[in-house]
Amino acid sequence: MSNDGQRFDRLPATDAERELENRATREEVVEWWDQRFGIGPEEFEDHSFWEKGAGKIWVLHGAVPSPTEIEGLGMKFLRTRQEHWKPTTNAVQRFGREATRNVIDLDPEEAMAFVRGKDQELEWDGDWGYLIAAHEIAGGREPLGVGLYLHGELRSVVPKGRRRED
Amino acid sequence: MEVLSRYEPLVDDFEAFLAACERPLPSVVRVNTIKAGVERTKRALDEEGVDYEGRAWNPTVLELETGKPGNTWPYFHGWIHGQEEVSSLPATVLDPQPGERVLDACAAPGGKTAQIAALMDDTGPVVANDNNLGRLSALRFNAERLGLTNVAVTRQDARNFSLKPVGLDAFDRVLVDAPCSCEGIIRKRPDTLDEWSLSHVEGVSGVQKGILKRAIQATCEGGTVVYSTCTFAPEENEAVLDHVLEHEDCRVVEFDSALDSRPGVTEWQGEEYDASVRKARRYYPHHNDTGGFFCAKLEVTG
Repeated sequence: MSNDGQRFDRLPATDAERELENRATREEVVEWWDQRFGIGPEEFEDHSFWEKGAGKIWVLHGAVPSPTEIEGLGMKFLRTRQEHWKPTTNAVQRFGREATRNVIDLDPEEAMAFVRGKDQELEWDGDWGYLIAAHEIAGGREPLGVGLYLHGELRSVVPKGRRRED
Repeated sequence: MEVLSRYEPLVDDFEAFLAACERPLPSVVRVNTIKAGVERTKRALDEEGVDYEGRAWNPTVLELETGKPGNTWPYFHGWIHGQEEVSSLPATVLDPQPGERVLDACAAPGGKTAQIAALMDDTGPVVANDNNLGRLSALRFNAERLGLTNVAVTRQDARNFSLKPVGLDAFDRVLVDAPCSCEGIIRKRPDTLDEWSLSHVEGVSGVQKGILKRAIQATCEGGTVVYSTCTFAPEENEAVLDHVLEHEDCRVVEFDSALDSRPGVTEWQGEEYDASVRKARRYYPHHNDTGGFFCAKLEVTG
């Protein structure tokens, strides 16, 4: 059994059910969101998780038979099989509102620079690594996307096609 | 515009119809309720100084006073999606409910899929199918930007759609927003009719019949199929309904039409269609200041 770039395989629930070395488990994925962002398992109770290609994890509301060979299944959610797991911009926008940890709040000017893909020198006394960049809009905090914080710098990893137009 | 002269016998106030076809469309978006409510979206637009105007028939439809809706915070956050007003009609006619099994048979680029997903509160399964890889990548991009997690995307010829890959035996509702000659989108793309030919209309009509037949076969008894096009040609509209009424177990049913519309036509160029095709609705650009559209609701009886 191996990874297949054309096929969606459902993540094993736990380590005990894991047949493929290095494949993340559902338990690990849910725990990661909880530990990194304080987004608890209850947020994903009705969702299933899938791998297509090495380390590309997708989230689906509900389930379909596994494996399945189709073009897309729910939303690309998380990149595993690298030193630091990396959530997708779309997943952070969809689920990141509930985050209580590792959220960097940007003022209007910083937010605009961030969504244009600019890196910025910013103070941050939290964890380094991937975090959720957010701003205040229409009476609430709203996640903008994924940032990478290293050495006093916030790097924007908003994909080119998702950046805000000038 | 000469192409449209064939519809003079069908359209009241033909001069107003032609004049409307020459005007550009208003800039209209649909609020994506999976990510934000209509009120919060309006507040965000207020904060940015972008004026808007609602539509009484559908509170999620907003006309924006900007030619660049893509350059707003609500767009960046996936709270709004550019979707022409009349294009948001078929999903409301389909009326999908949370927990149902729904197929969007010709789904790309995904505006109607996203609306279906939102009407189901992002629960599924919603299967979004299209046969073109390029258009499917646009659909996937839009679906993810709008935060949909309930959509399975398939690439099949909708004329012989297989339910196997998604593990279902039937759908409760299917939308067939069929590929068509697109006469109704002339306000968005003025060069649409440059390549128009009767043989294309007749060819695409055959494809439409095949897709609609398969959609009806894939739907459970008592289920709903909505057939829509953005064209005026009866060959692609009422003639397609007439064909499936003869060959499949289904009937045309009435639906509430919030926008001003005209009934389906039962006669066209010497052909006569089943009288029930009058229950389908035709939407003309000069009646609601929209694109042109055709929409029919079918109940599956077998």
